[in-house]
Amino acid sequence: MDLRFTPEEIAWRDEVRTFINENLPPEIRERMRLGYAPTKQETITWQRILNKKGWACPGWPAEFGGAAWTPIQRMIFTEENQAAPAPELNGFNITMLGPVLAHFGTPEQKAYFLPRAANLDDWWCQGFSEPGAGSDLASLKTAAKREGDFYIVNGQKIWTSTAHHADWIFALVRTDPNARKKQEGISFLLIDMKTPGITVRPIISIDGSHHLNEVFFDDVKVPVHQRIYEENRGWDVAKYLLGNERTGIARLGKSRANLNFAMDVARNVRAGGAPLIEDPGFRQRVAQLQVDIKALELTQMRVIAAASKKSDGKPDPFSSILKVKGTELLQATSELVMDTGGPMAMPIWASELNALGNEPIAPEWAGYMAAPYLMLRAASIYGGTNEIQRNILNKAVLRL
Amino acid sequence: MDFDLTDDQKLLTDSVSKLLADRYTFEARKGFQKQPEGWSADMWNQFAEMGLLGLPFDEAYGGFGGGAVDVMLVMEQFGKALVLEPYLATVVLAGTALRLAGSEAQKSAILPEIVGGALKMAFAHGEQSARYDLSDVQSTARRSGDGWVLEGAKSVVLHGGSADKLVVSARTAGERNDRDGITLFLVDGDAKGVGRRSYQLRDGTRAAEVTLSAVQVGADAVLGGVGDAYPVISRVVEAGISALAAEVVGGMDKMLDVTLEYLRTRQQFGKAIGENQVLQHKAADMLMSLEQGRSMSMLAAMMVDEPDAAERERNIAMAKVGVGQAGKFVSQNAVQLHGGIGMTEEYVIGHYFRRAMMFDHSFGDTAYYLGKLAAQVQ
Repeated sequence: MDLRFTPEEIAWRDEVRTFINENLPPEIRERMRLGYAPTKQETITWQRILNKKGWACPGWPAEFGGAAWTPIQRMIFTEENQAAPAPELNGFNITMLGPVLAHFGTPEQKAYFLPRAANLDDWWCQGFSEPGAGSDLASLKTAAKREGDFYIVNGQKIWTSTAHHADWIFALVRTDPNARKKQEGISFLLIDMKTPGITVRPIISIDGSHHLNEVFFDDVKVPVHQRIYEENRGWDVAKYLLGNERTGIARLGKSRANLNFAMDVARNVRAGGAPLIEDPGFRQRVAQLQVDIKALELTQMRVIAAASKKSDGKPDPFSSILKVKGTELLQATSELVMDTGGPMAMPIWASELNALGNEPIAPEWAGYMAAPYLMLRAASIYGGTNEIQRNILNKAVLRL
Repeated sequence: MDFDLTDDQKLLTDSVSKLLADRYTFEARKGFQKQPEGWSADMWNQFAEMGLLGLPFDEAYGGFGGGAVDVMLVMEQFGKALVLEPYLATVVLAGTALRLAGSEAQKSAILPEIVGGALKMAFAHGEQSARYDLSDVQSTARRSGDGWVLEGAKSVVLHGGSADKLVVSARTAGERNDRDGITLFLVDGDAKGVGRRSYQLRDGTRAAEVTLSAVQVGADAVLGGVGDAYPVISRVVEAGISALAAEVVGGMDKMLDVTLEYLRTRQQFGKAIGENQVLQHKAADMLMSLEQGRSMSMLAAMMVDEPDAAERERNIAMAKVGVGQAGKFVSQNAVQLHGGIGMTEEYVIGHYFRRAMMFDHSFGDTAYYLGKLAAQVQ
């Protein structure tokens, strides 16, 4: 047993770090360091740089551009990229749809969609949740009725992240309303967002930003050849996708970046006549978070080490621990960032405040401190709420 | 990075686990506790026969040349059975002091005796007024002829009462909190001038208050360099933390098992209480704490022999905090989920609860190490 990185793994980490330092546009990095979410164009720019290097879709099979990295190499890449901070690879394209296409897609579907997904020529979004189907996803009602070579889709999706950026949506739809079990009448469709009958309506979240949407389908015609896998077998596809979604779920690099940012700001603001970073209460919070990050880092390594030995392809229930503890850390570190801002965490955006006069009045970081805190309240809700994760642990491990 | 155990390590774990399952039942343990020393001489001999007492020592001294991971595996099994014998005191604490600072003559004379089970030892370092500060040593040793004379008092010396030999720290130079000027001595437990009051700790293990009045030892009793003991003491304590952390992980593992079994069988309102989601989620929280604690125990074991002192100390401190907090969370909830029965002396869970509680107060508590880590934030 040896928990230290091998010399090869350290060399890999250095290679990744050097590549990011040399190729990540500095203006993207600086905006992200200040707490901005990356813009659509920033994400595209960075993903194309990575794609050129062969690093955009590392987990895919080699024939579709995958990099054949070990699970540890992937973890190192993900964390270096998050900690930079750099825009993360578009998860819809890379960790969700890509592996599904590679596994279930027809040769034509693979040949057309995979290279475009890797290069972000198409921006994908995910049409799973509905107003009446959240944690109980299989209750979804959006209907797809077969008419010749087309499905006619009617219904509504909700909480659709980045639908307003998206060129395509992969959606779960009900193709057999009379199936014996609700999981059995579902199909997995790829839908062009430009198809007539699709309306995207923004949902503004509590951080004041537009990430989320409602997507309405009103007699939307979808060619049958855009269905993945068999009709009424979409639940199998969804389960496969959700299993892949769990890799990198701890997002430790992001928590580390939050913590580093809080410490950066704390060195430059004063509290009680000294830099905030010297305040014992502040230091104590940082120390506790460092301990919690370290523990999860090791637990994640254990899950990854187990994954590289498993061959059944089933998700490890312990990844639920990574989800719960990882999102708790995202929330705690973003809360520290906000608290570090003190009163200057209150103005909604520093840019608005600064625009009121000729000279900027707020420090550059002010006004962005609260946004990640607000947005990351969602982290314990999406991807299976943390309560659902506890149900999974009970079902798979505790068996009560 | 890999988490694999060697075949030898798997065999070690299995054989210790089997021995304890057969011989160290909760009922048997009650009997061991009533023996004069507070533990079983018979079990100690079993440990010697299995080679456990020689685990971390070189083959040259009859040992098995194992490392901190091997000790971790054994301690985890000990934690599941709440083993009472002086393994930590003898093999881990005194053993580490001897391994790191002992002369060839000292190691050749003492280690084979430990390995064979004949010699029990204790690490007499802490003093009442020092709390957790390792450099706060007020006991003294002054030169007298070729040897030394020791004066002072040592507090909560684990298994100090049954130890044949004590590793005693004393100040040979400097002021109360100086790191320099502390020296380790090997002192016979029954040497003239050594007073020992042996008592039970809250978890049923034994400790002693040790007094030293005009205790005379020879020049060959000095363990390591005169005045240079502080780094050795630190390493001994780090090895102790690593071993105890593994023991707590074993205890947490057992507490979760016992609690799950109770949730499955205890009926209220016409159904097993484990069918209530609020209790299922509490149990899931216990599982998560246990696994985070296990990760930290592995970290401690990996770091015990790390040559970079700052890196080693920092990681051990993090592990102490992580395992301490996990132990508290799991044990408190184990009692809570049991309800009234969890409060009773006759039931098993309270005994694990108190073992976890002892860990937090051994070698520095959570607040102490969190404070150390906080001081490094800049």
